[in-house]
Amino acid sequence: MEGTVTKQRLSKRLRRKRAGRIGGNVFAILVYAFIYTPIAVMIIFSFNDQNNNYYWKGFTWRWYEKLFTHSDLMPYLVNTLIVAFFAVLLSLVIGVLGAVGLSRFEFKLKKMVSNSLYIPIVVPEVVLGISILMLYETAHFPLGLPAVILAHVTFSVPFVIIIMRGRLSGMDMSVEEASQDLGANRVVTFFRITLPLLIPGILSSAFMVLTLSIDDVIITNFVSGPYSTTLPVKILSMVKVGLKPEVNALTTLMVLVLVIGILVNQVVQSLLAKRAKTNTKVYF
Amino acid sequence: MTEPIVRLQNVNKFFGDNHVIKNLDLDIEEGEFLTLLGPSGCGKTTILRMIAGFEDATSGVITVEGEHVEDKEAFERDVNTVFQSYALFPHMTVYDNIAYGLTVKKVPKPEIKERVREMLELVQLMGFEGRRPDMMSGGQKQRVAIARALINNPKVLLLDEPLGALDLQLRKQMQIELKRLQQKLNITFVYVTHDQEEAMTMSDRIAVMRGGVIEHLATPKEIYGRPKTRFVAGFIGESNLFSGTVASVEGDRAIVDTDVGRGMMPAEDFKPGDPVHLCVRPEVMQYSTQPVDGFTISGQVKNMIFVGSQYRTLLEQPGHPDVKINRVKVDNSYREGDVLYLHWALDDVTGIRAKEDSDGE
Repeated sequence: MEGTVTKQRLSKRLRRKRAGRIGGNVFAILVYAFIYTPIAVMIIFSFNDQNNNYYWKGFTWRWYEKLFTHSDLMPYLVNTLIVAFFAVLLSLVIGVLGAVGLSRFEFKLKKMVSNSLYIPIVVPEVVLGISILMLYETAHFPLGLPAVILAHVTFSVPFVIIIMRGRLSGMDMSVEEASQDLGANRVVTFFRITLPLLIPGILSSAFMVLTLSIDDVIITNFVSGPYSTTLPVKILSMVKVGLKPEVNALTTLMVLVLVIGILVNQVVQSLLAKRAKTNTKVYF
Repeated sequence: MTEPIVRLQNVNKFFGDNHVIKNLDLDIEEGEFLTLLGPSGCGKTTILRMIAGFEDATSGVITVEGEHVEDKEAFERDVNTVFQSYALFPHMTVYDNIAYGLTVKKVPKPEIKERVREMLELVQLMGFEGRRPDMMSGGQKQRVAIARALINNPKVLLLDEPLGALDLQLRKQMQIELKRLQQKLNITFVYVTHDQEEAMTMSDRIAVMRGGVIEHLATPKEIYGRPKTRFVAGFIGESNLFSGTVASVEGDRAIVDTDVGRGMMPAEDFKPGDPVHLCVRPEVMQYSTQPVDGFTISGQVKNMIFVGSQYRTLLEQPGHPDVKINRVKVDNSYREGDVLYLHWALDDVTGIRAKEDSDGE
């Protein structure tokens, strides 16, 4: 008698648990659908045999063909990639050193310096765009790719510093002391100990800056001259005259590259972890 | 006696307004195992870090082998440190961790290999050279940290609470191993800990510190048997303390009136009227059911406890901490509620001159 009561109560609890699990799964599916449906639609329409994105007519490769043979989008993509490459490089150098300085040394006005990092992040992009443009005008700095790169570095550095500072504060400082204790000077310590330990943070900062740079429309719009327009700025201006599926094809390829990048990253990471665990090197 | 290997003279250290090391003098002799012992915040780790070169003394002189080190960076000093957190390089194998000191000094590879092998044998970690630190236990990491420091043949090895993170069993085992290592290699060890038992087990000399000052520097035996200050008496082992003043001096003995009754101690150079603390260890505290000549301290038996290795009796005294008596064998001649009269041999009591500044706690 008592046994059956427990059984009943248990099964009720189990039913509730199962219902909760199903509900959770449904919710997760909805969230993902919300995020990915627009991207899926974009990809599907890149194969649409039609001049606009309004309805489905039939399957075609023609937009991809056009992209690679006689597209006028390519120069903009090249601009975007040049800007992104140098923006990542410069903001990593400045940001990593800045973060090391901010977390390892004491100096006057440190608090002010570190708090002012957030200003470029919270200031509306339009304001930052206008400010940078005005600065360039006053300084007679010509608009063009270098101007765009510097503007991107400006808004990227704070993100790099914030990410890297988090990494640094999580790092046991005594490993740096241990390195010096064992006879390595500061430079050797930085390259042999600090830098290798910061690699994961540097990689995520690089991805962050890459996305910020490739994404940026507003600030770039202000400071790009006639020959340095980037892809997102161009696409936005094309909206006025109607988007061609050619754009869908291009962005689909970009998504593809990104997905492959993420997969490669994961495979490499797990391979490295595995190698570290099964080290078969013979030392003696 | 030869010149001390490490000498601190009149060293002061401020962190902001905080005076952490006060006019400190310390001579560390070559080949000795010296422990800096004290509660947290007493400045023991700061001393270690000043010798290593991670902190600068605000004033004073530090010499290693007679050479001033104030202007030397940590990486230029011939001392090595074993850190509390081990501080192993997580991205390197055990081999590369141990080899690090020689690698950055550009020692030829075959020689490094030979030395690393010696070190691995020394700390009994052969076969672990290919592992990464995150795949080792705390005790193993500790051995790697020690090997990594010792491979540089330091003149002095500094150890900052190296066993703090280990469990009791392992800690005891490592204590013996560390002592064995130190004797075998004949390297000067400067060891920081807050664990008085650990200090007792390993040290040739112990410096008991409080508030940036060394209160007592002596052998473990001396520190236990003849504590110099009231703080040392309370911090090292268990003790019964009675505060009072010297009433009179009769030959080699002094009669002391304490706040709980009359007792005796060796006269030494005490004079009538001197304030004094009497320190009697629980295992040598004697008792009887009858008053003893020259003593008028008594207490009521409050508790009799078996604590594993010994029996402890607590005597209650109004307005005074309980008096502790420890014995290996149980004594059934008294029971709870009985009044016992306390006394002690002159050899078993230490008279601690009461000073204004060390009367705290």
